[in-house]
Amino acid sequence: MATFFERRQLVTPGDLLAKGDYIAGENTYKEGDGIYATRIGLVEYENKKVSVVALRAFYIPKVGDIVIGAVVEVGFSGWTVDINAPYKAILKASDVLNRQFKPQKNDLTEVLDVGDLVVAKIIAYDRTQNPLLSVSDPGLGKIARGQIVKITPTKIPRVIGKKGSMISLIKQETGCHLVLGHNGVILITGKSPEDEELAMMAIRKIEEESHISGLTDRIFQMIKREKEKRGGGISESKA
Amino acid sequence: MNQKPESLIKDGLRLDGRKPDELRPIKIEVGVLSNADGSAYIEQGKNKILAAVYGPKELHPKHLALPDRMVLRCRYHMAPFSVQERKSPAPSRREIELSKVVREALEPAIFMEYYPRTATDVFVEVLQADGGTRCASITAASLALADAGMPMRDLVAACSAGKVDGTIVLDLMDIEDKDGTADVPVAYMPNLGVITLLQMDGVLTLEEFESAVNLAIKGCEKIYNLQKEALRAKYVSAKESEE
Repeated sequence: MATFFERRQLVTPGDLLAKGDYIAGENTYKEGDGIYATRIGLVEYENKKVSVVALRAFYIPKVGDIVIGAVVEVGFSGWTVDINAPYKAILKASDVLNRQFKPQKNDLTEVLDVGDLVVAKIIAYDRTQNPLLSVSDPGLGKIARGQIVKITPTKIPRVIGKKGSMISLIKQETGCHLVLGHNGVILITGKSPEDEELAMMAIRKIEEESHISGLTDRIFQMIKREKEKRGGGISESKA
Repeated sequence: MNQKPESLIKDGLRLDGRKPDELRPIKIEVGVLSNADGSAYIEQGKNKILAAVYGPKELHPKHLALPDRMVLRCRYHMAPFSVQERKSPAPSRREIELSKVVREALEPAIFMEYYPRTATDVFVEVLQADGGTRCASITAASLALADAGMPMRDLVAACSAGKVDGTIVLDLMDIEDKDGTADVPVAYMPNLGVITLLQMDGVLTLEEFESAVNLAIKGCEKIYNLQKEALRAKYVSAKESEE
């Protein structure tokens, strides 16, 4: 029984994290009695579980996840949606229209066309089948306005923060509404493009520096600085 | 063209002043291309090689997809200006073979079974060649895969050893490769102790072959440390600039 790293230390694929009676958590694997990392990230030891919080990863669909995707194809009975994952997702027309429909009567492009963005929930997915989406819950459906930011999917929890501290900070300071897709796509809707840009900058900063502690404070300082800069700029132009 | 030198080793030192068991200077950078999902750049002596990774993504045409595992596709390509005489940009017989060799050296490191029905593309572009490009390509490509977030058993480090003027030497450069007796490229996963590529071109006795492989593995271990350093550097630099 031995561990070879400090908690939250940076590890690379292949690093031996622990030896002995441990359980392999996320982004690790077991070979013999050793636990090894499979991705670059920060190591976590939790009782007997060893896991790595990945710094680089791609999104793998999970049932129940909220995702933001773009329609890439309109078919006879539904749409194909790019959800920033290795697999294309399917959205059925019967789910969106909430009633029976006839392909010869209804034109699906009137509801959703190629390029439209949707917020949706994954309701079915396994190794053999592409993910199936649904927009029947409140808050889901076609996106009318706002801006989109893409970040590494593993960093979504960082944008939320401890008990939602980070996301409420951004919402409060910028006055924007945020929808976080588990697939690393974030929708920002604010009162003005400037507000949206500010929220976007904050999210980009979170992505770059998510592995350094004291992040919430730094984001707060950054938003404050930016606001002062802009406030100054406006008053100067007025004078 | 270069004149053939009288001897490749003088007073125990090679043409570029290296000792027999010394690597060329290596510089590695990770995440150099913003459009690819993962990328890496390596300079090993005069070699300059870029590697880029896209994926995993859906495979088209679909009949090539495998129901139980991911498909890895590799392209090793030399730029027309990478060698002394212009090389035709069309893939040559040698490049097609090396694409396969690089792919097979990387496959054991990846958890292919995690992502069935998908494909990952690895592009290796040799910008300047000076011997041992297949090894440097594997070194760079495995870093590009890790940078793309691909789950891997270990990073793959690769290095060649060989026999030049009767001496077993490490990390052959172009002229030693061409005028030497033998060349043994090895790709290796140091944490697991697994060899993923082993080739030999030339003639060696059994004892010489064994010492060449052992020397190449030692070289791989040194390169492995440089790989880890380069992968970490991308994140540590962000940390330092903040403080």
